[in-house]
Amino acid sequence: MTGPVLVLVEPEEGRASLVSREALTFARQLGDPVHALVLGAATEAALQDCREQGAAVVHEATNPELGRYAAAAWGTALAQAAGEAKAPVVLAGGTPRGTEVLAHLAARYGQPMAANVVQVVQADPLEVERQVAGGSVLERVRVNTPGILTVAGHAVAPEPAPAAGAGELRRYEARLRPGDLRAQVVRTEARSGGDSSALTGARVVVGAGRGAGGPDGFGAVDALASRLGGAVGVSRVVTSLGWRPHHEQVGQTGSRIAPEVYIACGISGAIQHWAGCASSKTIIAINTDAEAPMVTKADYAVIGDMHEVIPAILEELG
Amino acid sequence: MTNVLVCVKRAPDITGEVLLTPDGTGLDGRYSGYAISAHEECAVEIAVGIAEATDGSVTVLTLGGEEAVEQLRNALAVGAHDAVHLLAEADRFGPADVAAAIADLVRVREGDGTAYDLVLVGNDAADTGDFQVGIRLAYALDRPVVAGAQRIEVAGGVATMHVGSAEGSETYEVGLPAVATVLEGGVTPRYPSIKGRMRAKKAPVETVAPAVEPRGTGALGLRLPPPPPSQVTVLGEGPGAAPALVAVLREIGVVS
Ligand SMILES: Cc1cc2nc3c(=O)[nH]c(=O)nc-3n(C[C@H](O)[C@H](O)[C@H](O)COP(=O)(O)OP(=O)(O)OC[C@H]3O[C@@H](n4cnc5c(N)ncnc54)[C@H](O)[C@@H]3O)c2cc1C
Repeated sequence: MTGPVLVLVEPEEGRASLVSREALTFARQLGDPVHALVLGAATEAALQDCREQGAAVVHEATNPELGRYAAAAWGTALAQAAGEAKAPVVLAGGTPRGTEVLAHLAARYGQPMAANVVQVVQADPLEVERQVAGGSVLERVRVNTPGILTVAGHAVAPEPAPAAGAGELRRYEARLRPGDLRAQVVRTEARSGGDSSALTGARVVVGAGRGAGGPDGFGAVDALASRLGGAVGVSRVVTSLGWRPHHEQVGQTGSRIAPEVYIACGISGAIQHWAGCASSKTIIAINTDAEAPMVTKADYAVIGDMHEVIPAILEELG
Repeated sequence: MTNVLVCVKRAPDITGEVLLTPDGTGLDGRYSGYAISAHEECAVEIAVGIAEATDGSVTVLTLGGEEAVEQLRNALAVGAHDAVHLLAEADRFGPADVAAAIADLVRVREGDGTAYDLVLVGNDAADTGDFQVGIRLAYALDRPVVAGAQRIEVAGGVATMHVGSAEGSETYEVGLPAVATVLEGGVTPRYPSIKGRMRAKKAPVETVAPAVEPRGTGALGLRLPPPPPSQVTVLGEGPGAAPALVAVLREIGVVS
C-alpha cells in the first residue's frame, strides 16, 4: 500500500487515549508512515504519545465549533486530514466515538467500513480479521481502498515504535460543511441517581450474576464490596431482570472496569461480559460450575455456591 | 403526531454458545434460536413510547428471509402498528446495501404521502456488529443522525436524545426528520400482553422486494477463535476455600 495510514486520536486526560495508542500500534502493521489526527489543540503529552508510537506527522485540526462534539463535523475534519495526507487507510480505536466518526467517513465516501478489526491478514489487497457476534467469532473480510477500519479494544498492546516518529505538526483549520452541526451535543450532564464512575474507578469490584438468584440475593455481595472498599458490578441478566440498576452493569454494553481485583460471583463469563472486565489485573471467580468460562479464564477460582462462599469470606475477613 | 419507523434484524441468539453453520459461512441459530439484538428491543420500546406520547404511529421494518416475519410480529405484539418486510436473503446484503434498501423505501413512502419523522435502528446488530447502517441511512436520506441514543423525547418537531457515557449523559436536540441508532440501557422493553399477541397474529405484514441489488459484505469466512489456555488456580471448593481466597486478597494488597 502506498501512502500513510491515518489514525484518529481521541484525547483522554490530556494524553492520547489507551485505545488510540493501541490503534497507532496497530497502524504500524498496515503501512508506513503513520499519521495521527488530533481534533482541537493537541497537548504536549498527546503529541509525545503520537511520536512515541512512531507518528511521522500529527495533523491538528482546529475549529471553535469542534468544542462541542458533533460526529459529522469530526467526520469532515477526518476526511480533510485523509485528503491532505493522501492516506489510503484511515483507522480509529473501536470506541463509541471512533466507530461513529469512521462510519460517517465511510458513509460520506460510499466505502465499506470494517469494525472491530483484530488483525491484518494481508496488506495488499487488504484483508483483515474482525470480531463479530460480540467478539466470539472472527470474520475475514476484504477491504477496498480507501480502507476504513476500527480496531477492537485490546486487539494489540500499545507498544512504542522501535524508533520514535518525527511527529511533525501540521496545523490547519477544519473546514466544516453546512449540516455538520445538525446533530451536536447541546448539554453534558454528570450522572444523577446512580453513578458508574464509582465502578469504573474502583480498586476492587465484586460482581454478581444470575447466580445471585434474585434481587434479595445481593446482601452478602454488597457487604463484601463495602468491606473491601470497592464497588458492585453485575451482569446483564441482572440488570435486564431489574434486580439492579443499569449503571452497575459491566460489559460490552455496560461499564468497562480495570480494578486491581475483580471477584465475579455466579457469572458465567459470556464474551460480552468479559469485554468489560478483561482489563482487571486479577480475576477471581466464584461459581458452582468448574467449566464456566469465567472460571477457566480467571486467575483464581472457588468452586461453590456464592451464597455459602461469600459469607465465609466475610467471616474470614473479620 | 410522530411517525416512527423502527428497523430490526433477525439474528441468531448469541447470548449462549455460538455455533457456525457446517460450511463455516454463517452463524448457526438452529439450537440457540433467533432474536433481535437488545438494542433493537429498546428501539422498539422507544418508538412505541414516542407514538403513545404524541398520538403517532410505529411501523416496524425488517430486511430478511421468510422467517423474519416472527421478529415483525414480536414488535407488533408490543405496540407497533404496522409492519414492512423487505423480503431478501439478508446474508447477501452488507450494511451499505441494507441502508440503501431502507432509504429507498422511506423515499417511496414519502412520495406516497407517508412520511417517517424519525427512523430508529439498533446501534449494532448482535451478529454482524457493523455499527453503520443507521449512519449510512442518514446520509442516504440527508438527515441528521445521533448514534447510541438511550432515551428520546419528541416535542414541537424536535427530538431530544440522550446518549449515555461512563461519566453521565450527553444531550442532542435534533430537528425532525432525523435518524437515531439506539443503544440498550435507557429504557426497559415491555413484555407483550395477551391482547397484543392476538393483535399481532392478525395484523397485516406488507411484503416488499428491496429495490437494491446488493454489493455484498466483503466477507471471506468465519472462524471460532480457540479458547485461551486456562491458567486458573482453583483455591478449593465451597466455604472451606475462604481462607485461601483471603490469602490471595492479602497478597494482592487489597486487604491488610
Ligand atoms: C449485544 C449484547 C450485549 C451484551 N452486553 C452484555 C454486557 O454488557 N454485560 C453482560 O454481563 N452481558 C451482556 N450480554 C449478555 C451475555 O451474553 C450473557 O447473557 C450474560 O452476561 C449472562 O449473565 P450471567 O453470567 O449472570 O448469567 P448466566 O449466563 O445465566 O450464568 C450464571 C452463572 O452463575 C453460576 N451460578 C448459578 N448459581 C450459582 C450460585 N448459587 N453460586 C455460584 N454460581 C452460580 C452458573 O454456573 C453460571 O455460570 C450481552 C449480550 C448481547 C447479545
